[in-house]
Formats: sequence, C-alpha cells, structure tokens
Amino acid sequence: MGIQRPHTDPQTPDIRLEADGTLRATGAWTLARLNEVEGRVAGLHRPDAADLVLDAGSIEAMDTAGAWMLLRTAEGLREGGRRVEIRGLRDDFAGLAEMVSSSRTVAGPAKARPPRGWMERIGRRTVHALRRGAGALSFIGENAAVLLRSLASPGRVRWRELLSNLYAGGVSALPIIGLLSFLMGVVIAYQAAEQLRTFGANIYIVDLIGISVLREIAPLVTAIIVAGRSGSSFTAQIGTMSVTEEVDALRTLGIPPLELLVLPKTLALVIALPLLTFYADLTGVLGGMIMAMTKLDISPIEFTARFGKAVAAKHYLIGIVKAPAFAVIISLVGCYQGFQVRGGADAVGRHSTISVVQSIFLVIVMDAFFSVVLNWAGL
Amino acid sequence: MGIPPAASRIPVIEVSHLSTRFRESRVHEDVNLTVYRGEIFALAGGNGSGKSTLLREIIMLQKPTGGEVRLLGKDTSSIREEERDSLLRRCGVMFQYGALFSSMTVAENVSAPLREHTRLGRNLIREIAETKIGLVGLPPDSAWKYPGELSGGMRKRAAMARAIALDPEILFLDEPSSGLDPDGAGGIDELILHLRGLLGLTIFMVTHDLDSLWRVTDRVALLGEGKVLAAGTMEELSALDNPRIAPYFHGPRGRAAREQSWNRRSGTSP
Repeated sequence: MGIQRPHTDPQTPDIRLEADGTLRATGAWTLARLNEVEGRVAGLHRPDAADLVLDAGSIEAMDTAGAWMLLRTAEGLREGGRRVEIRGLRDDFAGLAEMVSSSRTVAGPAKARPPRGWMERIGRRTVHALRRGAGALSFIGENAAVLLRSLASPGRVRWRELLSNLYAGGVSALPIIGLLSFLMGVVIAYQAAEQLRTFGANIYIVDLIGISVLREIAPLVTAIIVAGRSGSSFTAQIGTMSVTEEVDALRTLGIPPLELLVLPKTLALVIALPLLTFYADLTGVLGGMIMAMTKLDISPIEFTARFGKAVAAKHYLIGIVKAPAFAVIISLVGCYQGFQVRGGADAVGRHSTISVVQSIFLVIVMDAFFSVVLNWAGL
Repeated sequence: MGIPPAASRIPVIEVSHLSTRFRESRVHEDVNLTVYRGEIFALAGGNGSGKSTLLREIIMLQKPTGGEVRLLGKDTSSIREEERDSLLRRCGVMFQYGALFSSMTVAENVSAPLREHTRLGRNLIREIAETKIGLVGLPPDSAWKYPGELSGGMRKRAAMARAIALDPEILFLDEPSSGLDPDGAGGIDELILHLRGLLGLTIFMVTHDLDSLWRVTDRVALLGEGKVLAAGTMEELSALDNPRIAPYFHGPRGRAAREQSWNRRSGTSP
C-alpha cells in the first residue's frame, strides 16, 4: 500500500474555500502535522451555501488520525442540515476513511453516577468503615490463632525468615536510630539548659533528660523509624506478592501465608524493637550528657552519679515495655495493608503510604493510652 | 497484499553480524536478517533462543555486544538522543504482558503517547484514541476500564491500540498471542492481518505460536544456536530437510497447525 509517511512529504496540510464554493483539502493529513490541520479547520470560513463539495483529491498523505480529521471536518460542516460530499479522495485513502468511520467507537462520557445525597454518603461511609474494621479485626484474630498454633508446635515457626527479618528490621536500623536518638538528646538538653540555668537548677538536667528520653523519646523515635523502614517494606513486599499471585501460590501449596509472611515479621519486630529502644536510650542520654557538659559544666561523673539517684528504674522499664506493643502495631498494620493491595503497581505505592501513616498514628495513640493508664496506676 | 515485488523492497530493519553475551552465556553469535517495508516478519525459535533479546536490541532497549542494527536506515549504535526519540516515535511496541499503565484507563493509556508527542486539542485526542480502540476491536465501554478489569485478550488488544496510537511505520509485537485461548489467539491473528492491510504497516513479531506463523506471516526467521538457522516463507522453511529445523515444523503440533491454516485460508479468502 502506498500510504506516504510524514517524513517523506514536505507538503503543508491545508483546507480552504475556493472561489467556486468548493472546499479544497491539500497536503499531508498525518498525525505529525495534524495540529496545523486543526488550526486551519478552526479558522475556516464557513460558507453559507446549502450544499458543499469537499474536494480531497489533492491530499498527498494520510493516516488514520488524518482520515478521522477529514471525517470530523465534514461532520462539523453538516451541522444545520447541510449536505457535504467528500470527493476525489484517492482509493487507498478512501479505504482508510471507510475503515476509520466504521470501526470508530464512541465511548461517550464515563458512566455518570447519580449524585448521592448526604444520608446515603454517611451510610455508605459507615458501612465501609465497619467493614474495614471487621476486616482488620479478623486479620488480628487469624494472626493470634496462627501464633497460638505456632507456640504449641515451635517447629512450625519459620526461624530462617525470622532471623532475616531480625537482621533487616533490627541490626541494619542501628545506625539511623542511634544517630537520631542522640540528636534528640542533644536538642532537649540544649533547650532545657537555658531555662535551668536561669533558676540555678543546672543539675536537674539529668532528671529531665533521663526521664524524657527513657520513658518517651527513645521508644517513640525507635517506633517511628521502624514504621518508616520496616512497615513500608512489609507492605510493599506482601503487596507485590499479592499482585503477582505469589500469595495465592502459597495457599495452593498448603503454606499458610500468615505463618510464612506475617508471624516471622511480627516476632522479629517484637524482639528487635525493645533492643533498639535500649540502644536509643543509651545514645539519647549520651547526647544529653554531652550537652550538659558543654553548656552547664556538669561532668560525666556528676551526671552519672545523679542519674542513678534521680531516674527510677520504672521509667526505663515503662519505655521498654511499650516497645513490643508498638512492634505489633507496626508489623500488623504493614502486613494487613500489604494483603489489601489489589490491582497493580500504583496500589502497592498507595498502600505503603497508608501503612506508614496509619502505623505512626496508631503508635502515638497507643503511647497516649499508655500515659493515661500508667497515670491511673500511679506510675 | 503479500510481499511487494523484489525491486520495490525497501529494508526497514537490517541486523548484521549481531552478537550478544550475558556474562558467560552467548545468546547471539552472528545474527543477520533484513525486514522489508510492508511485510509481516516473524522471529521464531525455541525458548531461550534470544528472540525477545533481539527484539529489545532492535528497539534500543538493550545494547548488543557487537554488530550493527539499522532501524529505518539509521545505525542504532551511534544515534543521538533526539534522533533516537524521533525514531522510536515511528515504531509502535506491544510488550508480551501488555505493559499497560495500571493507574490509567484504557482510553488514557491510548491517549498518553498522543498527549506526549502532539499538540492536538483534548477532544481530538480523545476521538483519535476512540478510533484506535475501535480499530483493535474493543467494545466502546472498555475505554473507561482499568487494565486490571480486562481479560487477557482484551488487554492485548488495548496494548495494541496504544502501540498504534501514533500511526507507526513499524509495529513490534512480542508474543502477541501468548496466554490466549485458541479463539482469542485467532482474533489477534485476524487483527494483525487487518491492521497491515489497512494501515500498510511493517510488522515485526516474536512468536512461537505455529498457528500464527502459518496464518499471518510473509517471512519467518528461525533463531537458534546464536544465529538465524533459516529464513523464508513458512512453505520454504517447512520444506527444508535440516535436522535442526525440521522438528520445529514437523512435530505433531506443526502438522496440525499447517493443516488448519490451509483450511482457514481457503475458507476465508474470497
């Protein structure tokens, strides 16, 4: 077939009204030059004549987009009941136009939903929220069942996965957590030093640093970093596996996905997070100690002596006890969001975001809950 | 249609002395082949014979270790970036699994290249996309669906619509009928013939579907042992007595495919 291509044809496409009242289309009507055609058509002087002849005999090159443009132009001229006849189109181009007009489908506007009333919206959202809540609850329940089964027969625990998760989520998080906790210690001590000096209460910096870091800062910083690192990677891994049907493959092979994918991750974080928190305690207090030395001239020896007297062990223990609870939240949210992934690549990204936001949110809510309960208990 | 007379043959893809090595394994030793304008050319060969790799090298997704690939007359190894882009704009590629963007509807997938490479109005782009969607035989309502909601056959058609969005001169198809039922695969074969007939495309396809090879191709190159074992029409290839080639065409599946293609060709031609 001799359809000429844009690069071989230098002729500018055009459409104009001749003196005898016919419209003449010329040049290359191809996709590459179609914006020129579009401009010419838009600026076309509409003739008043009742019937029109569109002489397409001088069109030199045409592709499907050009053919559609020609048909569309004729269609536009037909408005108001005018008859328009396309004449002289080369045989091969006519075939192209014929094919385009016969195979063109009009998708129409996307199916517009009737607008919903506010009652319906509230109802739908409530049902949706309840369903999601029930889904999350049953996920927690299933995991508890898997945990109990594994405790009954420890041979079922996937130690290999557990260890590799322990390394990825725990050991390799050490540098970043250490650094951030250290900086938090520095920042708090720096801010407090000015205030304390005004009151001549320099030595109380030890109480302040000790209690705030051990009890709140270290567990929170650790949990937030781990949620960002491990939670998102859990979601991405499980999500991609759902998309590629690997999760289904596990089921058909008789390997419960929760046992292989969720339990080792959760156990690994439950072990890693208290240890990481302890590590964050050390670096955070170290940061505070250095600031106390430089800003308030409290020597490390003084600092340590005061630390032993002023900071009760309960603060340390409360910090450490919170960590496993945070670990369970991070792991379950991450894995749950992973299993919610449907569709393709963009769903994986979306659920990873949700996973991180939700787990950080829940960690902080949990922390507040701890505060309230411990306050009641008088601790 | 069929093959244009020899004198008017214009080569559009020329591969000469191409070699590819991945670390220790040698995929291609010395591949030579030429594809002419307007023909349907198929690359056949067993699994692991480097068919898809060769396709990726022709469309510049991968660099061959040695040798030369000329695409539409241009040497692809010494090409500048802008030249490369304008060359690729004249090629449409359909990947084996469609590679449709999952976050976009079919209509958006098809209009993506138009939005990117033309300065046409939004309505015109939508209309051209609708034309292409109709051209590949998809029902109108599929335009608003996401790839995840389509069946395998429809996804292939949608991928085809995106590949022809810019009215390319060469259409590359990687395993167009793989993963489809016989009916769906037959539909894709029809579509390929239909598009070539109407748009005058050159089609370069990778396939090992014997039905397709018999039904739609003008010429076939059989890849194996790092080179082109044989090239020619299916009749020519199947007449060869070479012990390395014959099993490919004369196995039980090969014979069945041939018989069927004869029945169908005689049944459908006017």
